[in-house]
Amino acid sequence: MAILEILRLPDPRLKAASQEVDQFDEALQAFIDDLEETRQAGPAAVGIAAPQVGRQQRVVIIDCSTTRKPVPNHGRLVLINPEITEWDGFELGREGCLSVPDYTGNVIRAERIKMRAYTATGEIQEYEMEGYEARALQHEVDHLDGILFIDRLVSRRTDLFQRKVYQKGGKKRK
Amino acid sequence: MKWQMLTLVGEDQPGIVAQVTDALFRGGFTLGEASMLRLGGNFTIMMMVDGGQSEQTLPTCIAPVANKLGLRYHLDPIHGELHQHRVPNFQVRVNGADRAGIVAQVTGLLAECGFNILELDSDVVGSREEPVYIMTIQGYAEETIETLEAAFGKLETDEIDVHVSAIETLIG
Repeated sequence: MAILEILRLPDPRLKAASQEVDQFDEALQAFIDDLEETRQAGPAAVGIAAPQVGRQQRVVIIDCSTTRKPVPNHGRLVLINPEITEWDGFELGREGCLSVPDYTGNVIRAERIKMRAYTATGEIQEYEMEGYEARALQHEVDHLDGILFIDRLVSRRTDLFQRKVYQKGGKKRK
Repeated sequence: MKWQMLTLVGEDQPGIVAQVTDALFRGGFTLGEASMLRLGGNFTIMMMVDGGQSEQTLPTCIAPVANKLGLRYHLDPIHGELHQHRVPNFQVRVNGADRAGIVAQVTGLLAECGFNILELDSDVVGSREEPVYIMTIQGYAEETIETLEAAFGKLETDEIDVHVSAIETLIG
């Protein structure tokens, strides 16, 4: 087990898309252990994605079970090749990132999602998530596509207007 | 870094930010945090500026461009530093028919709760005949949301809506 180095903005590797995992082996499990140790070592992060430690693979961990005020959650999830299959609703929330220290900002995310992913041993799982946990998952999946929350910032002044537009647009992903 | 707070205000027109920041850049000044906003047809800038690398003074640098654009400027030496961000844990949204005293009442109650306002913006919208006031505040308080809500209970009327919500900042 080891604590890995977190890449920080403006490291270009954070902007690269990650590859799917195709080997569900011991090396993957060892990496997941290191990734989780790294997540827990930093400031209270509810999620971490492999590219944040310089590994361009579609691996994320989220854990929304320890928020100050409890929120609906599935506990700690290790999600391999996660894929969001449905989006519903839009909600504004404040986000920060281990890779963007000293900054937080407002981002619009889907309120509810359906998603599927593989476990560390290669079994497929499906989840329905809402609110904070759905937000965490969307934040981490963005990392796999080379997108940071600062690429999705909105100002509060434009928030009301933007939300109306998005709602009209239905389940479009933004 | 020796920061100064530069304030600029004047009638809005395209190009203000570009010309002001270009003059500062050419003058050897560095910019820190800034807030720039159009308010009532004016453009307003509050900006941290450091002149560590500059041979000229900030007024010498800013006066020509300010005069050209019809902006008034003001300078204050400050003790500020970068990387002093504080993360808000509450948001307060207020809206209702515009009338005198809303801001004073709402922020007075917040102050009693030890609420530290980090950001506030407010607007008068609607029509000239029926103006509507909208304000959002983000800030930090040690109190619970129940305490804040109870404080606002005194203020709730048919005319004004106050909504407090906790901000749980997601770090991922």
